[in-house]
Amino acid sequence: MSGPILEVRDLRVDYGGIKALRGISLEVPEGEVVALIGANGAGKTTTLRAISKMLRPVTGTIRFRGEDVTRLASHQLVARGMAHGPEGRGIFLNLTVSENLRLGAYLRRDLAGIQADAEKAYALFPILAERRSQVSGTLSGGEQQMLAVARALMSRPRLLLLDEPSLGLAPQVVERIFAVLRDVSATGVSLLLVEQNAHKALQLAHRGYVLETGQIVMTGTGRELLASPEVRKAYLGE
Amino acid sequence: MAPLRQLLRSFLPFLVGVPVLLSAQWAMEYSGSQAYTLLLVTVGVNVILAVSLNVVNGATGQFSLGHAGFMAVGAYTAAKITLGLAGFKLSFLPAAVSDQLFFALALAAAMAAAGLAGVLVGLPSLRLRGDYLAIVTLGFGEIIRSVIENMKSLGQATGLSGLPLRTNLVWVGVSALATVVMARRLSVSTQGRALFAIREDEVAAEAMGVDTTGYKVRAFVISAAYAGLGGALIAHAILLATPRMFTFVRSIEVVVMIVLGGLGSITGSVVSAVVLTLGLEALREFQAYRMVVYAALLIVLMLLRPQGIFGTHELWDLPFFKRRGARKDAGGAARAGGAP
Ligand SMILES: Nc1ncnc2c1ncn2[C@@H]1O[C@H](COP(=O)(O)OP(=O)(O)OP(=O)(O)O)[C@@H](O)[C@H]1O
Ligand SMILES: [Mg+2]
Repeated sequence: MSGPILEVRDLRVDYGGIKALRGISLEVPEGEVVALIGANGAGKTTTLRAISKMLRPVTGTIRFRGEDVTRLASHQLVARGMAHGPEGRGIFLNLTVSENLRLGAYLRRDLAGIQADAEKAYALFPILAERRSQVSGTLSGGEQQMLAVARALMSRPRLLLLDEPSLGLAPQVVERIFAVLRDVSATGVSLLLVEQNAHKALQLAHRGYVLETGQIVMTGTGRELLASPEVRKAYLGE
Repeated sequence: MAPLRQLLRSFLPFLVGVPVLLSAQWAMEYSGSQAYTLLLVTVGVNVILAVSLNVVNGATGQFSLGHAGFMAVGAYTAAKITLGLAGFKLSFLPAAVSDQLFFALALAAAMAAAGLAGVLVGLPSLRLRGDYLAIVTLGFGEIIRSVIENMKSLGQATGLSGLPLRTNLVWVGVSALATVVMARRLSVSTQGRALFAIREDEVAAEAMGVDTTGYKVRAFVISAAYAGLGGALIAHAILLATPRMFTFVRSIEVVVMIVLGGLGSITGSVVSAVVLTLGLEALREFQAYRMVVYAALLIVLMLLRPQGIFGTHELWDLPFFKRRGARKDAGGAARAGGAP
């Protein structure tokens, strides 16, 4: 079978009259990395939030792992293997790093596996290991971002939605995050990645979509988009 | 093994409590001091109300202002049943036992009715985040009151009087214990972890796979049911159910108790319910000023210790009790409750 793990058709979202998404369709093939790029306010965050049901779309269908999940709630999607690392991190600021990781595995019951995955997360981001009993609100912005990615992985997702994981990070940390994403993808996890850093995102991505004022205006392989003059002009600042 | 131990842990308080309560009740009857019995009943009912409200306002971080409304539903449901069954006896049982059986039925019905009201109020309002619950529960309390005031069968403004005396220290004590055990079980179970995540950050909790609406509604319904129990008990202690017993002020009283004790702390609620009830009794002449006292208490508290006296800690988390070392599990109920 091996159809796409995520299939979005004609998704529309209104914010009280403002049409944020005007009917977008996209696919994430099983095991691939898909990048969603676009200017500020194009609707990237809205797209991810609509997919993970953090908000309710006006119309559209969403199929996840072959199942129509249009009517399901967020927590049901998590149970089916979708994880969302939201914009602005969305970690539990009053809780420690390790508590955040534990809650990331909220639906899992295999204590040994959870422990092992937490150790894996600490290995990916050694700074988090040093800070494991620190309240996460006191972490630096970059550390919080790493925690958000690490926590999203704790549910052992089949599909990971990430909203600007490199936002506001120092270049080395951005490298670190993208290296981790590459590793994660290599383990077979599919990724839908929203990024301002179009260059890095398209380098990693198998496929990319360009979003403009709530519509998809271009799609292609990561390489094609990187080479496209329009993309280079609009998003790579050339 | 673990479930059996849990079961035992839940029953232990009753094994110890019931004999103590029975002897207390007997002592009270023997010495004939009804005033003290009523005071103790009031203390117990306030413990039930505070601990149950804390399940919503403390454990899930929602804000309900309608506890008095659920008390009213419970009180009137139970009153209708005990009044309706007043002439009946189960002939094969001693009269007193038969009465108590009927009362048990009335209490169960009170909880069911209040719980049902909780579903009706909670389901629509808990789907939304934020302050909707406060507004809806506030409205609910007032609606219940005006419904009662306009219903002939509920005695309108004069209420239902001549209820049989059924509430005793055993009923109140057992109910209070049950409330505490329920709240405790809820806070240490997986549900507790979910509620805790909801309190910390609802959006993040949902993203972790927590069924936030489901858990909030469940906690709210349980809380409402126990409020109904409290209402039924107090009505059958003062032998009266009137709309004036269940005003907005009553809801606020309970809110003050849990805010004082510390939102999220079960023992904090218990201590603060006991202290406030006894304190107000001691200041009897100033009853008229109780709202002033409450307001002053809250202001002082907000200035000195905004997280409440216990914060989210339990009694046994305090240094004095802490001999067993740190028992701090991830996502557990015990957490440092520093000022936000
Ligand atoms: N809650 C909201 N209420 C009203 N309008 C909103 C809301 N959230 C987003 N919008 C609007 O919808 C449009 C799309 O927003 P969205 O957050 O999806 O953009 P984005 O592509 O993620 O932008 P950025 O790159 O800046 O994060 C914007 O015009 C924004 O102003
Ligand atoms: Mg965005």
